[in-house]
Amino acid sequence: MADTILNPVAEARGPRPKKAFSRANIFIYGTLLLVSVYYLLPLYVMIVTSFKGMPEIRLGNVFGPPLEPTFQPWVKAWAEACTGINCDGLSRGFSNSVKILIPSVTLSILIASVNGYALANWKFKGSETFFTILIIGAFIPYQTMLYPIVIMLREIKLMGSIWGLVLVHTVFGMPILTLLFRNYFTSIPDELFKAARVDGAGFWGIYFKIMLPMSLPIIVVAIILQVTGIWNDFLFGVIYTKPDTYPMTVQLNNIVNSVQGVKEYNVNMAATLLTGLVPLVIYFISGKLFVRGIAAGAVKG
Amino acid sequence: MSATTEPSAARDPAPDGKPNPLFRNLSAKFASIPMIITALVVFVGGTIWTIVYSFTNSKLLPRTNFVGFDQYERLWSTRRWMVSIENLAIYGICSLILTLVIGFTLAALLDRKIRFENTFRTIFLYPFALSFIVTGLTWQWILNPDFGLQNVVRNWGWESFTFNPLNDPDTVIYGILIAGIWQGSGLIMCIMLAGLRGIDEDIWKAARVDGIGTVKTYLRIILPMMRPVIITSLVLIASGIIKLYDLVVAQTNGGPGIASEVPAKYVINYMFRAQNLGQGFAASTMMLLSVIIILIPWAYLEFGGRKRG
Repeated sequence: MADTILNPVAEARGPRPKKAFSRANIFIYGTLLLVSVYYLLPLYVMIVTSFKGMPEIRLGNVFGPPLEPTFQPWVKAWAEACTGINCDGLSRGFSNSVKILIPSVTLSILIASVNGYALANWKFKGSETFFTILIIGAFIPYQTMLYPIVIMLREIKLMGSIWGLVLVHTVFGMPILTLLFRNYFTSIPDELFKAARVDGAGFWGIYFKIMLPMSLPIIVVAIILQVTGIWNDFLFGVIYTKPDTYPMTVQLNNIVNSVQGVKEYNVNMAATLLTGLVPLVIYFISGKLFVRGIAAGAVKG
Repeated sequence: MSATTEPSAARDPAPDGKPNPLFRNLSAKFASIPMIITALVVFVGGTIWTIVYSFTNSKLLPRTNFVGFDQYERLWSTRRWMVSIENLAIYGICSLILTLVIGFTLAALLDRKIRFENTFRTIFLYPFALSFIVTGLTWQWILNPDFGLQNVVRNWGWESFTFNPLNDPDTVIYGILIAGIWQGSGLIMCIMLAGLRGIDEDIWKAARVDGIGTVKTYLRIILPMMRPVIITSLVLIASGIIKLYDLVVAQTNGGPGIASEVPAKYVINYMFRAQNLGQGFAASTMMLLSVIIILIPWAYLEFGGRKRG
């Protein structure tokens, strides 16, 4: 770019032939590659460590590829690793997380899409006020609401159960998802809604026959957002469930950070990778949609 | 976020024309019950409940035995809380600056019409898909003094090399910072990149005609134009910082000693481990207060002068 500064007139004569190795390019690609190492290193270290045996790890080269690759750490992390008295590995946490994930994602998206639809097309007195409170609520630190929710869950006898956690995820996913759906439904042409009204369709008729089928793209974004968010949750899992129903993240932390016994770093890294696998797969499959999802979900912080 | 402030769209739903306004639009009101309960009972009710009970001496169970500001006095004279606040301040300031700088620099580099842009973006963003627990455990392993980075460099022949942040009370928070930035900077890069793409090409042409260099154009012209994007990023980073909890639990669990405690962890320890609810409520109210202090200037900048919809 230095030549541009020195001789701006040359620029005006039309497209310059591209130089592959200009100083600016070397700087740009060099920096990007260097930074990429920082971002990729942990993933690489996790993968190689998880395929090493313990003797090889004690040799102390975390960056070296496994000399004698073994699947044993993965098997152990999945089926045998201990948390407290339970020694059935991460598989229980995985199935708990799935049991939490599916109803949470379904329920939160269903409720939020109806909310968003009501807010966009069927405004009533006070609806905007409730919505504003909901959005402001997304900024309140969870810590101020943790204990009141414990009391509420005890009252409805759901404390410690998977369904209690499902309700918590539905509640805390509501602000962002409602915002997402409300904005989407507001962007749908009004004529469509009016035509359906003229044809005599009511609130639920329009929702199920027109709005819900049309909102497929935004539902995909919402699913990506909720699946990664709920899968990665630790705070609510540790507080609102008990050891039998712990989600995968909580169980992972208990396995790795347990004080008793010899630390098996290869098993720990295999367990860590197993837990990270679900969101990673979603991330690599969904690509640009993921970016849209987090850009929207960024509000949740 | 901006959508919340839009003046309510001019799409008043077709009124039913029924006489009683309470029964008008009944299905919509019925459908909004979950939202109304969440907003009023959980968000507003829960928050007020916590604030009220922070003035009581509740221990194992919440009690209405009011003791004024006692819990707050105790809070601010507890060393653990002071350490937590100090850690949050260090982590917060460093994380704000570094995330913004890294996010903007990476976005600017990716904006230079380079090849493999998608590959680089995928690499920078993937940590954001991982949970803080996974992030914390991974970096705990890399920073492990016996087997991790320190040991590798020593094996290369630099015997006195020391990089062991997680076991030193003075540096542990920076060890957490490394992991936090690794996880979160990709998101800010993405937001910044979207902001850069929104800037008019003509600005670049004008800058080139005036003979302004690329770096200078970014710093002097583009950066000031990105103010709204930067403010959004700041709010995002700041609200994430206050919630800092899982990462610390996974990476150090507050140790060594209490050297890496943070307020969110303090709250949860007192509420659910130490069975001292009043302390937990007081600490969480302080967290709420700090969020309000951050949000009010932002809300003023964003919505100041305009009427909320």
